[in-house]
Amino acid sequence: MTVNIGYGALVLTFIVSLYAIGAAIYGERNKKPRWVDSARNAMVLIFPLLTISAGALILLLVNNDFQVEYVASVTSRSMPTYLRVTALWGGQPGSLLFWSWLMAGFASAVTLRKWDRDREFLPWVIVVTLATLVFFLLLVVFYENPFVRMWQTPVGSVLTQIFQPTGSIPYVPGDGRGLNPLLRHPGMIIHPPLLYLGFVAFVIPFAFAIAALITGRTDDRWIRITRRWTLWAWLFLSLGLILGGRWAYDVLGWGGYWAWDPVEISALLPWLAATPFLHSVMIQEKRGMLKHWNMLLIIFTYDLMIFGTFLTRSGVLSSVHSFAQSAIGPLFFAFIGVTLIVSLYLLSRRWDELKAEAQFTSWLSRESLFMINNLLFVGILVVCFWGMIFPLISEIFTGQKVTVGPVFYENATGPLWLALLFLMGVAPLSAWRASTAKSLGRNLWKPAVISFLVPIILLLTGMISMAAILTFWMGAFVFSVTLYEFYKGAMARHKRAGENFFVALWTLMGRNRRRYGGYIIHLGVIFMAVGIIGLEVFQTETQGSLALGESLELGPYTMVYTSLSEFDTDDNRNVARAVVEVYEGDEFLTELYPRKDFFYESQQPMTIPGVRSTMEDDFYVIMADWKPITTKNATFKVYHNPLVNWLWVGSIIFILGTFVAAWPEKEDSPKRAKKSVSASEKV
Amino acid sequence: METATEMEPTSPGRSKFLIGGLLIVAAVVFLIWNSTQSSIQYYLTVDELHERGGDWIGKDVRVAGAVIGDSINYDSETLELSFKIVHIPADVEKEGGLAKALHEAVTDPSRHFLNVVYVGALPDLMQHEAQAIVTGQVDDLGNFTADELLLKCPTRYEEAVSEEAST
Repeated sequence: MTVNIGYGALVLTFIVSLYAIGAAIYGERNKKPRWVDSARNAMVLIFPLLTISAGALILLLVNNDFQVEYVASVTSRSMPTYLRVTALWGGQPGSLLFWSWLMAGFASAVTLRKWDRDREFLPWVIVVTLATLVFFLLLVVFYENPFVRMWQTPVGSVLTQIFQPTGSIPYVPGDGRGLNPLLRHPGMIIHPPLLYLGFVAFVIPFAFAIAALITGRTDDRWIRITRRWTLWAWLFLSLGLILGGRWAYDVLGWGGYWAWDPVEISALLPWLAATPFLHSVMIQEKRGMLKHWNMLLIIFTYDLMIFGTFLTRSGVLSSVHSFAQSAIGPLFFAFIGVTLIVSLYLLSRRWDELKAEAQFTSWLSRESLFMINNLLFVGILVVCFWGMIFPLISEIFTGQKVTVGPVFYENATGPLWLALLFLMGVAPLSAWRASTAKSLGRNLWKPAVISFLVPIILLLTGMISMAAILTFWMGAFVFSVTLYEFYKGAMARHKRAGENFFVALWTLMGRNRRRYGGYIIHLGVIFMAVGIIGLEVFQTETQGSLALGESLELGPYTMVYTSLSEFDTDDNRNVARAVVEVYEGDEFLTELYPRKDFFYESQQPMTIPGVRSTMEDDFYVIMADWKPITTKNATFKVYHNPLVNWLWVGSIIFILGTFVAAWPEKEDSPKRAKKSVSASEKV
Repeated sequence: METATEMEPTSPGRSKFLIGGLLIVAAVVFLIWNSTQSSIQYYLTVDELHERGGDWIGKDVRVAGAVIGDSINYDSETLELSFKIVHIPADVEKEGGLAKALHEAVTDPSRHFLNVVYVGALPDLMQHEAQAIVTGQVDDLGNFTADELLLKCPTRYEEAVSEEAST
């Protein structure tokens, strides 16, 4: 019954979506607004309908309905309820349904906004949004149906079909295979949904962009409408990427957070297109420039998002994440091709109408510096894309399969990231239209002088890595510039309005959320950069096989292996848990418990590190192997990861900044800076 | 501050920006080209490594193969892991999927194999019939020293679980 309801709602959503697309086009072409309204109503329905479908699948998962193939493949009796709910995105069919459900949420939400001022966009927003949804529903309904059940025929073979074949009886396995143990981690439970949220939310700005291209309303209205959508999408995507890294650090036990794996990169690609977009739309709003560029960026963000979903969901590239090999690859490829060609065709038709209203006049103007920022981001995007598809290209042209490793990405993107970091310090201080080196210097010299203390101190303490010194110096530079901006702004208010300094700071941020939210994000990025350099440049590791009581030294720390216990748990695991004491010199710091869990159901072990984490460094211990009965000897692999916590703290600041920027503002001030912004207005 | 008149887009002004933009593009192209050259790894099958073994000595190569369970030997004192992988075809899709290709590989004694040595923690997925993707160098005796070891086990799950280890 639940299966029928879930599947029925799914098919109904598919039909309603198709109807809405048809009605929107028909109503728009024949000037019959009632048809467009009908399409709009249909689009509102999408989310409740898919909620029924997803709810039905969750119910099946929670109730251990193992006749449903998907339920049997991702859950088992011993799993706690919350994990069974999250098994909704534990496998391919479920996660495609989940993706569609989230997408439907955004689709229904966008129809509920006030459309009075931009009714001409409505039919096309419906068409673009639902065409995307229909594609995913098509995959779910016809190729990767999570509601498929298993049936036993009289001859004894098991068939998988949605409806009962004649003469067969339901086949219900005694237990399911259970969710992959590696995925049973809080980071992994929220990482995919956030990534998906980020992905699907970008459909909305894309839909408005396409609507603008079709209707010819090519001013910056579409950007203003979607500004907040874009920021939220970007927030979710950033959060998804960060949590993925944290999961890798906690669970995969190689002491890192990012392996430049193709699937990781494919999730980063839309972010690399969206981040310059967030910056360059400001130039279109203020100066009426870069209109083609913004269209291109949002089109590429959208298609890279689909491409990212495709890579995680196919098996084109060998990867840590490479999920089931599946037949839906060619369909994804076709969809990406069609949407890209149609979008670019629409853009070419409006090319002349999108001419810039102004020209670049000075290299040091804010628009030029933003343009450089855009080129650098796109440069990183091209590097990553190249690295990812290089094996495919090389195979096509030379027949020889080749690949490039993490070193490629580190070498090729490192200087570009560094240049971006530097720009983060300079660009916010430049003026629109034109800045002179003199005015820029006047704003920059104080923070610059202060920041030079950092490399001097580092050199005196004997640091030799140039990459680290350069990054730390730039971090200090951007940090002091940004704080100085906050200080100047608040002081100006304090003097003018006589407000208390902190009240002034608060109102300042409240009045201009996007600007100060952006600054907070920049501060977060500096912290993250420090953490990344800490791990990339200063990570050390050692390993050794120890008898009870023996010790291992790494960096300033000594670890002593004191005991080992082995036991079974209620949820079908065998746990081997070592106790390790950590000392710094003679001082006892803490006990760590690196362990190895063995999951009986899936016959798979899982290594959980013991970590002592401070702002200064992480001491990360993995138990690689042990001899249970005879000697209790165990083998440990130990990492010393300096400063890595700065990465996570920076991430939190980064996310908070995005919240500040994305939070709805009371008043919208669509004034374009026709004149160059004077110094007093700028602060 | 500044006058409100638009500055005329003079051609020297324009080319200034064009050159600047081209410089950035050139820098990106250079970074890509240079880094590709220095970090290229050849993706080979065990058969290809056998055919032209000498060509690959000292180069960074990446080889995929099926792990033979009986050959796995782990010395927890030295952390030295040694095992044999046997040839699997480059395009396992044509052979009916990874699981099938791996099973056929381990049950076919006539296939070429490769001895691999890796120093590090014993990966959780190191077992019979797993797919190992090793990155490293081959010596003139045909023994392979892996710097990186990636394992996949499609037999356990519908979704291939994989795991990466590197030194």
